[in-house]
Amino acid sequence: MQGTRPRKKGTLLETLYRQRFLLAMSLPFFLWVLLFCYLPLAGWGMAFQDFKLRGDVLESFFSAPFVGLKHFGDLWEDFVNQGRFFLALRNTLAMSLLLLAFGFVTPIIFALMLNEIRIKKFKRITQTISYLPHFISWVVAAGMISVMLSTEGPVNDLLIALGLTDKRITFLADQNMFWGIMTVSEIWKELGWNAIIFLAAITSVDQGLYESAEIDGAGRLRKIWYVTLPCILPVITVILIMDIGWLISVGFEKQMLLGNDMTRNASEVLDVYALKYGIGQSRYSFGTAIGMFKSVVSVVMVLIANALAKKTGETSIL
Amino acid sequence: MNRFRRTKGDYIIDFVIYAVTLVILVSTLFPFLNVLAIAFNDSSDSVKGGVGILPRIPTLDNFKELTRFPLLLQGGLISLLRTIVGTVCSLLSTCMLAYVLSRKDFIFKKFFTALFLFTMYVDSGLIPHFMVIRTFGLNNSFWVYIIPGLISAYNLILVRSFIEQLPYSLQESAFLDGANDFTVFTKIIMPLCLPVTATVGLFYAVGQWNSWFDTYLYAPFNEKITTLQYELMKILQQSMSQQGNLSQAGKLAQSQSISPLSIRMAVTVVAILPILLVYPFVQKYFVSGLTLGAVKS
Repeated sequence: MQGTRPRKKGTLLETLYRQRFLLAMSLPFFLWVLLFCYLPLAGWGMAFQDFKLRGDVLESFFSAPFVGLKHFGDLWEDFVNQGRFFLALRNTLAMSLLLLAFGFVTPIIFALMLNEIRIKKFKRITQTISYLPHFISWVVAAGMISVMLSTEGPVNDLLIALGLTDKRITFLADQNMFWGIMTVSEIWKELGWNAIIFLAAITSVDQGLYESAEIDGAGRLRKIWYVTLPCILPVITVILIMDIGWLISVGFEKQMLLGNDMTRNASEVLDVYALKYGIGQSRYSFGTAIGMFKSVVSVVMVLIANALAKKTGETSIL
Repeated sequence: MNRFRRTKGDYIIDFVIYAVTLVILVSTLFPFLNVLAIAFNDSSDSVKGGVGILPRIPTLDNFKELTRFPLLLQGGLISLLRTIVGTVCSLLSTCMLAYVLSRKDFIFKKFFTALFLFTMYVDSGLIPHFMVIRTFGLNNSFWVYIIPGLISAYNLILVRSFIEQLPYSLQESAFLDGANDFTVFTKIIMPLCLPVTATVGLFYAVGQWNSWFDTYLYAPFNEKITTLQYELMKILQQSMSQQGNLSQAGKLAQSQSISPLSIRMAVTVVAILPILLVYPFVQKYFVSGLTLGAVKS
């Protein structure tokens, strides 16, 4: 019979021929992922060399002398002497932990609050507006933040009107405030967006559970605590694992755009450090070592978080 | 529900919730309205400060002033072009690969899926990427905006989950009629994927329009392929270094005819305008598409 597809498996070559269209549709992307995602991993070899870019990249790569762990030794020495790498690592971790502490809980609370709003129209408008900042670039957001926080800006106006300060604060020139400003900015930008996933989880909670809780005499707060939160706990765990995995990759755009010479000691994160010293000063091998360190720490943290989640009996993502 | 027997506590909870939500709404919206107000306000008046959500002396002069910066126009065109080309290329590639990876009988299904998933967790870092781009001669080329970021693993999984939950019988009858895998993808799968392609397409488009770091890294001095966000970033950096050393000279310079502040805000308005314009129409898609994929995976 013509047109029927044999169900039983043939030899490898027959399978490959039968799936020639599927192969043709996916092989270009297989090549793409090798070249643009896995070839750079081979570039980690640079971290063990004294790589100098002279003309062709590949030629420089294969002619560069092998120096072993020299660059990692330099990083360690800098860390012990509390140099720039130490500062960059400290700033990265400090801003990540602040974001994990405040940026993780706020969307959950926001989602719970949205769920309690009974006026449908108000709820929808609130949601729509709260997603908006997610869609603007950090360049635009940084511009807005610098206007808000400028000495003549609205935040200073508000603080003076409320009598909280009598002289105008130079927010962006004070390195003690930098971490806090970054954390608030990130929350401002992503609060509504990060709440979507929790809101979706909340709406899929079995309504019968609320009714039985009501019969048992539970008020609104008790229903949230004993019904909603336990029901969305798996989602919370998954998001928490992912956030911990991203801990060291706090992002660098806002720090790079809003940092200046006066806040340098607080604003320089690992990526900016790798960019400045790796590409800016052509110390490519050193910069690669920083990136490699960051990536390895990140993978280890995902694995640890995942193992912890498995142990506590919650879902795992790997 | 129990709306007939609301206690005093319920009213307090309601009050707190509405008050906090209102504060969040105002603090989210205010910066946007403030930017609009300053962009449409007289520049010498804006320097005095205190502009709220409405311009005090409405004018279009700030936007007329933008024509003095030819790079902004060039950047805007390139941004528009990369958004269109990049979104179309990324969307087609993602959907096609997602379809192949959704096929249970595909011989490399597991291997390819693992290869792409792995990229979500391991990042090779800035400098190896930079070197690879240079090796392929992509720096200073328009295609550096399109090719390296062609497929995002996250979006790939989103589309694949969507295709997997479509009934397989739809494809099977087409195969019986003698259709090949590619025709099934273009004629049957693609039209059914509209909700999820709207979501993913929006993600790619927003990513392309908002991107500035690739210009910064790979083509910082090539005026032909500069982008709007990169030009805005350069203007912003100048004003940031001004804030860093708040000298009298800096303040004096600011008070001259058109202040950098007004220019900055006018460019910002241009940069967020496309997003504000399409936002109301697409926002219902992204929530449905996103939750659909997220709840499944």
